[in-house]
Amino acid sequence: MANEILTVDGLKAYYQMNYYGVQREVRAVDDITMSIKRNEVYGIAGESSSGKTSFIKVLAAAMRPPFRVVAGSVKYDFKGHPIDVATASDKQIEAVRWKHLSYIMQGSMSVLNPVRRIGKTFEDFAAKPLGLSGDAFKQRVIGHLDRLKLSPDVLRAYPHELSGGMRQRVTIGLATVCHPEFIIADEPTTALDVVVQKEVLSLIRDIQKEMGASVVFVTHDMSVHANVADRVGIIYAGRLVEEGPTREMFFAPKHPYTAHLVASLPRIGDTAQRPALEGRPPSLASPPAGCRFHPRCPLAVDKCKTEVPPMETVGKDHRTACWRWKDVEPLVAPHASHGVMV
Amino acid sequence: MFAVFRDLIRYNLEFTIGLILVGFVVIFAALSFFSPVDPTLIYMTIPDQPPSGQYWFGTNSRGQDLFWQLSAAFKNSLIFGITVAVLSRIISIAVGLLSGYAGGWVDRVLMFINDIFVAVPIFPILVLFYFVLRNSLDSFTLALIMACFGWPFDARLIRSVALGLKHREFTRHAVFAGMSTSKVLLEEHLPYVMPIVFATFMNNMLWSIGLEVTMAVLGFTNLNNPTIGTVLYWANSHSAMMVGVWWWILIPVVLIVITFIGLFLLAMSMNEYIDPRSRLRRMGA
Amino acid sequence: MSTLLDINNVSKQFTMGGLLSRKLVNAVEGASFSLSVEKPEIFTIIGESGSGKTTLARMILGLELPSNGTISFRGKTVSAKVSRAERLEFMANVQPVFQNPFEAFNPLKRIDRYLESTARRFLKLRDRSELDRAMDGALQKVGLSLAEVKGRYPHEMSGGQLQRAAIARALIPSPPLLIADEPVSMVDASLRMSIVNLLKSLRDDLKVSVIYITHDLATAYYISNRIIIMQRGRIVEMGDARTVLDNPEHPYSRLLKASVLSTEDAGDGKLATDREMVSRANGLVGVAGRLVDRPDGRSVRVYEGAS
Repeated sequence: MANEILTVDGLKAYYQMNYYGVQREVRAVDDITMSIKRNEVYGIAGESSSGKTSFIKVLAAAMRPPFRVVAGSVKYDFKGHPIDVATASDKQIEAVRWKHLSYIMQGSMSVLNPVRRIGKTFEDFAAKPLGLSGDAFKQRVIGHLDRLKLSPDVLRAYPHELSGGMRQRVTIGLATVCHPEFIIADEPTTALDVVVQKEVLSLIRDIQKEMGASVVFVTHDMSVHANVADRVGIIYAGRLVEEGPTREMFFAPKHPYTAHLVASLPRIGDTAQRPALEGRPPSLASPPAGCRFHPRCPLAVDKCKTEVPPMETVGKDHRTACWRWKDVEPLVAPHASHGVMV
Repeated sequence: MFAVFRDLIRYNLEFTIGLILVGFVVIFAALSFFSPVDPTLIYMTIPDQPPSGQYWFGTNSRGQDLFWQLSAAFKNSLIFGITVAVLSRIISIAVGLLSGYAGGWVDRVLMFINDIFVAVPIFPILVLFYFVLRNSLDSFTLALIMACFGWPFDARLIRSVALGLKHREFTRHAVFAGMSTSKVLLEEHLPYVMPIVFATFMNNMLWSIGLEVTMAVLGFTNLNNPTIGTVLYWANSHSAMMVGVWWWILIPVVLIVITFIGLFLLAMSMNEYIDPRSRLRRMGA
Repeated sequence: MSTLLDINNVSKQFTMGGLLSRKLVNAVEGASFSLSVEKPEIFTIIGESGSGKTTLARMILGLELPSNGTISFRGKTVSAKVSRAERLEFMANVQPVFQNPFEAFNPLKRIDRYLESTARRFLKLRDRSELDRAMDGALQKVGLSLAEVKGRYPHEMSGGQLQRAAIARALIPSPPLLIADEPVSMVDASLRMSIVNLLKSLRDDLKVSVIYITHDLATAYYISNRIIIMQRGRIVEMGDARTVLDNPEHPYSRLLKASVLSTEDAGDGKLATDREMVSRANGLVGVAGRLVDRPDGRSVRVYEGAS
């Protein structure tokens, strides 16, 4: 069996709209090629309207018109169920959903039906894919909740009776109860407070290790990636601009955008002036020619304005799309100054 | 605005049909401005003539040319409907926006009044007005009275939108930019409720014209003023069907149905245009 | 030293629930602090959701009335229930910056409308060229210009630009105090630092005091002079930002600091939370205690018998 569970090749997915006579095309995902290994946490970072959410929609096989795949393939190598979700039928996708491919969504309230007890929601989601019913099913769910350090009592509760952190743990439970091979986590901790966020992150990390699943973790917060991801991919204006092992991305970035994202994170114990990146993310409806980052890039040369930089391998598992990657300097030193720890 | 209109015609069949039907009725009603006869006078032509080249819609038992009679009737009824709709929209916007934004006791008092108007049965009240005012109950007075009853449901609808707008950050921002309450309501919030106002405008016209027809057929309005309702009243009182003057009933009924379907289709397609979910469905596939 | 803003033992209770199960929730309990006129500073209020930080900000802006205690601005009690003239006078001095820049402007209206209204109302300007000059001046302070903003609708600008425009709007009457409620939490990562740096320069160059409300300890450390940390309506620790955050003393402050995701060990996946630390901090919710001054200038809430 190949080491890659997901292989995305030349994926283009656009929103094609006919807005009362006005044709519009938004190239939300424009030529992304990447792969995700088994038993890996892959972090995807990007700003709002960078196309990361659209990319995730394709990975989760949740495209809805007017959003559609225009070119490329998204191949999953599930055990006994290889599938290309870019072209698969609804029925084929239904067969792998939850059992092989599942997702943890941002707002736990939108996943949990407010008028159904948690236990019922578990039945709705998982009974069919697991092929269990009655007591056997219940035992399986309780055993799984135990791993998430949730008591069986939550099955009798309604969503509103639980705290935000508990609810998010329940949604993680829903997403993992069928032991999927691939989990997509879309901003699962964005709405949570810092203390709870850390707990939930470590929970996701633990359960991933235990089950040996692959996780795609999407968030705009680089400090979250620093702590959960094995590799991080940066999406800018619909394109993957850099991907690499987390540590290298933070301390030896090879794309000026990554360098800026990392450098703009303030740290406790460090009051040195932080640089700010000027300009604004481009519109996906009319992205700039050449490298899409060039209008904001401090290193931009004429070539960047006209020619699209190809993905180049710059290290083990490390690729970047920048004409001047050799000149990219990390803007923060690995050990600038540690705060006094307590 | 014009582009939206053009796109609606091109992509929304209901809107196009509605527009054609209503347009047809409006042009017909507008012809009354060029009428060669005064529609309030009787025995101006030979009575009971069937539709012909000379009398397109025939003549009735009161010696009136039905074409010009109905043209005037539709003009009066449409003006009546628009008057009621405009007046009641003004009340519902004022009450709804203020109630939602001010909250507290203002909201409670206004909604108490609102609920009284919802609960009061309108038909007996209109009949009562007729008995008190008799012949001084002209079209405009009736429109005023009906406008006073035509606002409460829509005011509630507008209030619910205003309640949501009140808590949006831009409202607080506007307050701290020194805008007065009336400025916030009229310039910040009104654009958000205009879609509701347009959609309910058509519905309100349907309601008021329908009610006027009911009143007139029963003889509770000024019968000398030609409206859709009074035309039917006179037809009924001359037993038009019994004596074989079928065109006196049939033609106005067909025209009313055209008007109502037209207005209904316009209201529906506007609603759909306003609601982005259904717009997406239409574009989808 | 004269005081700009004085918060004296302020509490706020909300009634929750319906007719049968009415219960009082203490959103803010006994908060006291003051800002001085002479020394502009960034005063940060840190707390998680439910800590009462937003309620406190709303009370300072006069959008809520305290249940107990007083808030006074330059000696005058803050309240929305005063004459229109007095309220406008207050608003010319204390201006808010909101959380979501995409919501701060009516999406159906042009952005310059808000700036113009502010200039008209608070600077009493009528002349077109004077209005434009006032608007341009404020926009220059935040690194924008009137030419960039005039006639634009909110959807035509980025979150960072909108937040700058909102801050420029607030700066038009030259207020000595800005209340910024989570001003960067909805702004994109690459644009966030420019807003934070802007707040810093407002203090240093324009001598504007800023009450910065946030849950993010890292930016708080980066820009604040003084901070208070709030837990469920109570101030648990207060003092110089560096002193407190370098070495927090209250268990809850320690927990918050320990929960900040560090990028130092990027890729190592160290995420363990100290369970004991969490239960210790949570155990103090609802215990009154009292604030005690420490020699290094900070105040910490201590609890008799415990601690």
